[in-house]
Amino acid sequence: MSGAEVMSDPWLLLLVVVPLLAAPVCVLLRSAGGAWSIATAVSWAVLGIAIKLLMTVLEKGEVVYRIGGWDAPWGIEYRLDTVGAFVVLIVAIIGALVLPYAKQSVLKEIRHDRIYLFYTMLLLCLSGLLGITVTGDAFNLFVFLEISSLSSYVLISLGQDRRALTAAFRYLIMGTIGATFYIIGVGLMYQMTGTLNMADLKTIMPAVADTRTIMAALAFLTVGISLKLALFPLHMWLPNAYTFAPSVVTVFLAATATKVSAYILLRIMLTVFGEVHLFDVFPLQPVLIAMALAAMFLASLSAIWQQNIKRMLAYSSVAQIGYIVLGIALTTEAGIAGGIVHMFNHAMMKGTAFMAIGAVVFATGAVTLRDLEGIGKQMPITMGAFVVAGLGLIGVPLTPGFISKWQLIMASLEVDMWPLAALILLSSLLAVIYVWRVFEVAYLREPKRTDVSEVPMSMLVPTWSLALIAVYFGANGTFTLDLAVTSARQLMEGF
Amino acid sequence: MLFDYLSEAQAIQLAVILPLIGGLLIAWMGERNRNLRETVSLTTAVLEFILVASLTGEVLDGARPSVDLFEMLPGLAITLTVEPLGQLFALIASGLWIVNTVYSIGYMRGNKEGNQTRFYVCFAIAISAAVGIAYAGNLLTLFLFYEVMTISTYPLVTHSGKDEAIRGGRTYLGILMATSIGFLLLAMLWTYNITGTLDFVEGGILAGQVQGPELAILMFLYMYGIGKAALMPVHRWLPAAMVAPTPVSALLHAVAVVKAGVFSVVKVVVYIFGLDLLTAEKSDDWLLFMAGFTIIAASIIALRQDNLKRRLAYSTVSQLSYVILATAILAPISMAGAAMHIAAHAFGKITLFFAAGSIYTAAHKTEISQLDGIGKRMPFTMIAFGIGALSMIGIPPTAGFISKWFILSGALETGEAFAVLIIVASTLLNAGYFLPIIYAAFFKEEKPRPADDPYAKYDNHGEAPLAVVLALSFTALGTIVLFFYPDVPLALGRALVGGW
Repeated sequence: MSGAEVMSDPWLLLLVVVPLLAAPVCVLLRSAGGAWSIATAVSWAVLGIAIKLLMTVLEKGEVVYRIGGWDAPWGIEYRLDTVGAFVVLIVAIIGALVLPYAKQSVLKEIRHDRIYLFYTMLLLCLSGLLGITVTGDAFNLFVFLEISSLSSYVLISLGQDRRALTAAFRYLIMGTIGATFYIIGVGLMYQMTGTLNMADLKTIMPAVADTRTIMAALAFLTVGISLKLALFPLHMWLPNAYTFAPSVVTVFLAATATKVSAYILLRIMLTVFGEVHLFDVFPLQPVLIAMALAAMFLASLSAIWQQNIKRMLAYSSVAQIGYIVLGIALTTEAGIAGGIVHMFNHAMMKGTAFMAIGAVVFATGAVTLRDLEGIGKQMPITMGAFVVAGLGLIGVPLTPGFISKWQLIMASLEVDMWPLAALILLSSLLAVIYVWRVFEVAYLREPKRTDVSEVPMSMLVPTWSLALIAVYFGANGTFTLDLAVTSARQLMEGF
Repeated sequence: MLFDYLSEAQAIQLAVILPLIGGLLIAWMGERNRNLRETVSLTTAVLEFILVASLTGEVLDGARPSVDLFEMLPGLAITLTVEPLGQLFALIASGLWIVNTVYSIGYMRGNKEGNQTRFYVCFAIAISAAVGIAYAGNLLTLFLFYEVMTISTYPLVTHSGKDEAIRGGRTYLGILMATSIGFLLLAMLWTYNITGTLDFVEGGILAGQVQGPELAILMFLYMYGIGKAALMPVHRWLPAAMVAPTPVSALLHAVAVVKAGVFSVVKVVVYIFGLDLLTAEKSDDWLLFMAGFTIIAASIIALRQDNLKRRLAYSTVSQLSYVILATAILAPISMAGAAMHIAAHAFGKITLFFAAGSIYTAAHKTEISQLDGIGKRMPFTMIAFGIGALSMIGIPPTAGFISKWFILSGALETGEAFAVLIIVASTLLNAGYFLPIIYAAFFKEEKPRPADDPYAKYDNHGEAPLAVVLALSFTALGTIVLFFYPDVPLALGRALVGGW
């Protein structure tokens, strides 16, 4: 696996280390403005590194860095392939846009003496998520998973509503169970193979795959990751966490955390168990498809009944995770590409939607459907972005949602799964209902309050930047889709 | 000549983009500069028509100018291609946009409607979508603009914002979205899965790829997926959309929306299925039957409506199925008749809706039973109404006669006795629900409203505002002119099927 043919690229390390080291600097500064400045600078640096890494990966196929110069499997190896670079790009784009947006929103929503801690946690979370995607070591992945999870519990608990505390606590319990299951799975694999390096695990795995220990490991891993991924029916922590977290945290987590969890699922199934042909020996496919469909329909139906818009969007997220898992569960190149491209597309759309709603919270302090009456006239720019995101959730052409759905349906048709194609379309009709409820209220009702005005530019610009990125990749889906297809091919054929 | 300054490709792109630019300018002007805003609306409409019309000569000479906008999916670009049928539709949409703008200005100001800027912006987007549909070079492009049209017309349908409008809007959006996403998109993906292309190709792309029951199912998905064609039972959105202001009804019924529906039907049948495939497989017999059923059933429902706009709405449902029927006959001559009928119905129906709106603006009357003797007070309006009605029935010298003639010729040529029967029966029904209105308007005595009626003060009315009367006189005249000079639509229709 190791060797001189692949160059060690220090940028890979910097991607994780820069935000990780910036976090304690924020604590030392103890000033809100200073912490924000550092975090923003770091997030932009991360975006720059992410783009650079993506270009390198597209050119060379993969990037490797050996920590401390130790060769794998003895040392920890960082390894980035196309799918990793794609997920890093998602996290970096969201990070770079969330931080400028955060300044005003955080000033209003979080107690002033805690703001520097907020940015510290956000940087740690960013670092953890990036670490998960670049590491090639199953145990190291757990470490980064815990860094991102623990910091996100803190971030959620900073919400204004007292219910944020219970939401964070519930997420803490569920998340810890998930992480524990994951580490149990890794431990069992280590017991059988004596290695923690993913590429190494992959080569050894076929020899021990029939053992009950590995079966148990697989079960623990699947359930553990599904918990973090909020795959139906293990999603119960997600709606409250998204609803009561500070607006900025909701944007950041909704757009990145679940995508990174889906990435872990891909890694374990297609890299670690890549040589085992998991789906041939284990009836995982029907289970995953059933759960994905349940998510798409039941979560969308729940979304239709929500009065709180943040909670509605949270349920919509659970449904959209269903699409991602559905694509992965097809286990064809086209299907996995559909899942991967939907990670990107959903991140852009849901990020925009939550940013727009966060702006509404900033301006009105409220998020129930009733509070949104006539808001389209009072905050036309913000709600314009929400309309773009909403149409994206439905999957109207020119939005990225259309690209995802197209790819997922083509993938289902390719393997002659007709009913799946019809069900995907049917579930997007449910999205029409929950999205249009908001449009009706926002645009066709008369405003009740007169003291509402547009939010500052520092919030509008990031929101619309994300919306325009979404529209761009909806009109020109070729780039993202090609990237997703390359990722899927690489995953299936191995490093 | 326009092409001295613009290449063909630029002209086609501009035809789609120009209304959007107009929309932006309109939004920028806003309510504060309403006169300037209306000037922009009107100027954009005129420029748009000139631009579209300038492409006609090329198409009649056999050119098919084409341009790729962007590659939406790998190997699937958003493409604009000008072909005869699309050119005809673009001419109708952009031409009637001018008239409709004049009318809208009169109507919206006369009735002191709110949110007028939003109205003109959405209208412009809808026209851009109509031209996009007309020039769509493949199914993906058509689908894209089809959805843009649905979404951009939704705020127009729900314009008043009253509960009734919101309910109507739900039906409108619900049916159009459900059919387009549930059926049309599925049919499109299926087609792409089988053939690997979505281009509109002369002779179709499905020949030799599907047959038997699969073909019939695919046909079903397409025909019911194009909900804008209002084939029963997915016609309900059209009466539901009657809550909209009258200029919007005109847009829906004549200028763009339903025309986009039947246009897509013809386009899919000719360029995706291909006449030869359908003739050989006989898998469209059910379509002939369903179209026939819709024609008769909608006419009977129309007969029972007292609300003028609702009667007109059901008349539209019936007239749209004429186009579908003509397509399903599969004879080239009836196909040209279908193209002609799109034009004829556009002019006739816009006249009728303008007249209905004119009556509402001047007299605040909405029911047919209130119209006794109104012809004396509003002679221009009611004469125009009469001409529109004659065209619906298909009596010369109106455009409706010509299209019916061609459709009938096609039916006789292919020996479709069922189609002939339907056309004859529906002509009688059409006469049955239009002629009494004209008779009552001119020959019955006026009945004044009771004094406690809040609208009684409008009883002593005259004609509607000048802009309204001008617009409806113009379209009525157009209906007659199209009878004497049907050359352009007929030539385009003939070019569509490669002559006969």
